[in-house]
Amino acid sequence: MKARSATTINASADQVYAQWHDFDRLPTFMYHLESVQTTGDGRSHWVAKAPAGSTVEWDAEITDDQPGAMIAWRSLPGGAVDNAGWIRFQPAPADQGIEVFVELEYSPPGGAVGKLVAQVFGEEPNQQLADDLRRFKQIVETGEIARSDGAPLGTRTQNQLHQHDGHPLEREDVSA
Amino acid sequence: MKATCWTGVNRVEVQEVPDPQILNPRDAIVRITSTAICGSDLHLYDGYVPTMEKGDILGHEFMGEVVEVGPRARAKVSIGDRVVVPFPIACGACLACTRGLYSCCENSNPNAAMAEKMFGFPAAGIFGYSHLTGGYAGGQAEYARVPFADVGPLKIESDLTDEQVLFLSDILPTGFMGAEMCEIKPGDIVAVWGAGPVGQFAIASAFLLGAERVIAIDRFPYRLEMARTNSGAEIINYEDNDVNNVLKEMTGGRGPDACVDAVGMEAHHGMGLIHAYDRVKQATRMETERPHALRQAITCCRSGGIVSVIGAYGGMMDKFPIGTVMNRSLTIKSGQCHVHRYMPRLLEHIEAGRLDPTFIVTHRLPLDQAPTGYETFKHKEDECVKVVMSP
Repeated sequence: MKARSATTINASADQVYAQWHDFDRLPTFMYHLESVQTTGDGRSHWVAKAPAGSTVEWDAEITDDQPGAMIAWRSLPGGAVDNAGWIRFQPAPADQGIEVFVELEYSPPGGAVGKLVAQVFGEEPNQQLADDLRRFKQIVETGEIARSDGAPLGTRTQNQLHQHDGHPLEREDVSA
Repeated sequence: MKATCWTGVNRVEVQEVPDPQILNPRDAIVRITSTAICGSDLHLYDGYVPTMEKGDILGHEFMGEVVEVGPRARAKVSIGDRVVVPFPIACGACLACTRGLYSCCENSNPNAAMAEKMFGFPAAGIFGYSHLTGGYAGGQAEYARVPFADVGPLKIESDLTDEQVLFLSDILPTGFMGAEMCEIKPGDIVAVWGAGPVGQFAIASAFLLGAERVIAIDRFPYRLEMARTNSGAEIINYEDNDVNNVLKEMTGGRGPDACVDAVGMEAHHGMGLIHAYDRVKQATRMETERPHALRQAITCCRSGGIVSVIGAYGGMMDKFPIGTVMNRSLTIKSGQCHVHRYMPRLLEHIEAGRLDPTFIVTHRLPLDQAPTGYETFKHKEDECVKVVMSP
């Protein structure tokens, strides 16, 4: 299962690279993740949200790291799902921002765990990744994720058919 | 707080809803002092804009006093500031914003993916204007949350009245942009379809930008009269006249150098049959637009001229005269107004007395009477041009 997406971000390559390289903060814009903890030596522990409050976990290591140009990572053997990903940065023509290309690849195992993993990454992995990248761009360019009364969690394609009314939320709805 | 909520086709209700709150660090909350009903609100009221939800708060033309500011907007706005809020929500940082294309902001629409499916690429978030433009609560209410408050709101520091500056939020810059897109040169004749509030401002702006003559086209005599007395426009009532022929005659057989469509998706047509065709297709959702004004603007425009489209459209139209556009070297320019780009210079024009936008206001109501305001405006009762409400 592969997902690809691209966007252009109005910032320097170093800024964009640094913000993605901060793996611990990936869950702020990758909504299927619960946490990522870097553990040193380019290694990290990833926890993804699965249905009914369960989680799917794995360890990963950085396999290629070129400041301002690319980061690649891959899961280590023994996790719930083999996966790998890379992000590449290149200047857009005439200094009009940085083009960002991301690819994620998952090899879900068979059986019940495989089904769980498939649900984590959604029925449309490309759309999910596009949403992630849109929120990443929002964070880099504006420092926040655009939120409205109708879409308090921000860009999320899967929620778009079930929107709140466009009127202010009760306090409890905002934190939900 | 009290707010004007869309509760179905041809139905708005003033309801009690929760007060807005700061959701993001660059937000502000504005206590609204004046708010207007826009012609494009009627497209929502009439049910021609998809992705409305029952309960959505309407309104994208509003101003007021800042009562709360998020930590990251405090360098630019303070509690107590008197501000006019532009209708497109824009981050100020993306490539579109840095090029002045604020209504195409890449970051302000949380429902960008939905808009992308419809338009190819998303456009900016807009207050109170369906979920396709973000699902933001609108400003026909006592309070509104204003995102990117460090970018959008224009501070009013002089003692101009609300009515003098309120229309900087949308219709004055929209009309001005409609005229600016005409690239007016000395001697130019500009024709403007629609003498509603936006059309009135497009006419005034065309003169301000140096047009030799401006011709207003509408079917309501009182609106045409307003264009004549306030801006010095010549007028054509399309119900009594064949617009193509009259325009030709008025322009020595050449046609206007530029044509502005200030009508949009719910145009009426003097010719019953064509109107019926589009009316049926629009009602059955086979066509989302009823674009007679645009078709006519294209046909009437001088060869090599510019057709400037500021009337609101949302989707697809039939029978688009591409042959006319192509064979007669026409240029079509369009856009939701990049309000932020125009606000400061238009405020200067108002302060200097070169523009007085107050002439369009015909109805003043308390917010409670929003349903009456919508009905009066929709049916053009009581010579209605513009409704301004005070919460």
